[in-house]
Amino acid sequence: MAITESPAAATATQRSAPAAEPTPMVTIRGVSKAYGPNVVLRDIDLTVNKSEVVCLIGPSGSGKSTLLRCINFLEVYDRGEIRIEGQLVGYSDTTPRRRLSNAQLRGLRRNVGMVFQQFNLWPHMTALENVAEALVQVRGMDKGAAADRARQMLARVGLADKADSYPSRLSGGQQQRVAIARVIAMEPHLMLFDEPTSALDPELVGEVLQVMRDLAADGMTMVVVTHEMGFAANVADRVAFLDRGRIAAFGPPREVFHESPDPRLTQFLQTYHERNSF
Amino acid sequence: MKFSVIVDALPHLLGAAVTTIWISLLGVMLGQVIGVLVCVARQSGRRSLDVAGGVYVSFFRGVPLLIQLLLIYYMLPLIGIDVPPLVAAIGALSLASGAYVSEIYRGSLNAVPHGQSEAALALGFSAPTIWKRILLPQAFRISVPALVNELILLLKASSLISVVGVAELTRTSQTISASNFRPLEIYLAAGVIYLAINSALALFGALVERRLAQG
Repeated sequence: MAITESPAAATATQRSAPAAEPTPMVTIRGVSKAYGPNVVLRDIDLTVNKSEVVCLIGPSGSGKSTLLRCINFLEVYDRGEIRIEGQLVGYSDTTPRRRLSNAQLRGLRRNVGMVFQQFNLWPHMTALENVAEALVQVRGMDKGAAADRARQMLARVGLADKADSYPSRLSGGQQQRVAIARVIAMEPHLMLFDEPTSALDPELVGEVLQVMRDLAADGMTMVVVTHEMGFAANVADRVAFLDRGRIAAFGPPREVFHESPDPRLTQFLQTYHERNSF
Repeated sequence: MKFSVIVDALPHLLGAAVTTIWISLLGVMLGQVIGVLVCVARQSGRRSLDVAGGVYVSFFRGVPLLIQLLLIYYMLPLIGIDVPPLVAAIGALSLASGAYVSEIYRGSLNAVPHGQSEAALALGFSAPTIWKRILLPQAFRISVPALVNELILLLKASSLISVVGVAELTRTSQTISASNFRPLEIYLAAGVIYLAINSALALFGALVERRLAQG
């Protein structure tokens, strides 16, 4: 049984595993973070298994984006530990632990892709160049091979014909698909999505979610911060509801959305339903 | 007004204008290099570099170019370094322009959204690569209007180097009008030549801006 109000309920041992022998991709243990007196994450435990899609939902300010950004150490966590494929994120695996420099984090980050709310495409490069850049600069591929691979990736997100367009000429949905192509070109083991559809006009949300569905179907491990409850309900293997820096509910979407006794979650979903009904 | 005076002096004036242009361009190019280095030093996060850059900028922005020029010209020989006027002139122009350019770049860098380097960081880029491929190219585009402005200011400021005897446009005008006693015609011609050069620069700047805006 996964759903109680206690954060301890969110540990790996207590949830129902979706596959026969799940291999953990991300293990988060007792992670806390504060900005001065303002505590944003409190004792978070969460395990994401290989090929699993986990959605983080919750009201704004609940800490879900911060938690996501701690996973690739764009945000520094103070206590606890995060491991990706066993490797400790952001700190040396010694006692006392030492913070790693950005240079030391590069090895880890090249296996973890991130998609941002504001896309963050580089405006001075075409769609193709945006996708090829990391292949050349980080992977050390030669330009021709990188361009070929970038073209394949753009085709995979349905944008083969936009290779030579600059981001300013693309719609928000197209820009976000280029951003996804930029990440999958690097063949990450894990993908983090930080509200990937929140900056999009409603009619453009579907095309991005479809690309994400395809990735999930291909077995990509994904952690998704989202307000798209439909996506969470239909695509996620498990959903975590964050509230005031804690995981207040965690489990398969059916349980979280329909069976959770947490009053804050009920209220959050109520607000969501009201906003989306007319 | 005797326009024949201008016609006679024109070959000399145009020759001097060429000197003005290349000295200014050299000053601006060296100023670019200094400006980028100072800007990167000040953003590096190392306190000593930041302070050194800050002192540099406040000196070269705070002291009039004419005084800087005279200081370089008269002071360096005192410590045993003999500087030809041309070198003193180009040095002073580059150092002054470097101070302004570093501030232009600093402002432009701050205008590049944080997410731009974050996206590169998340993909595993190294810090120098982020500077070279992501931050500086974008800061450069943002700074083009200010840089063209700086180039025009520098070209006009280059008239000051006449005081150390470099035969650029202003100095040559002085020399000619001292010998033919026709200062009005000669300075009028010099003014028109400055205006023509700067108009061409402004036009060029607008063109570059339009090119970059396509991206």
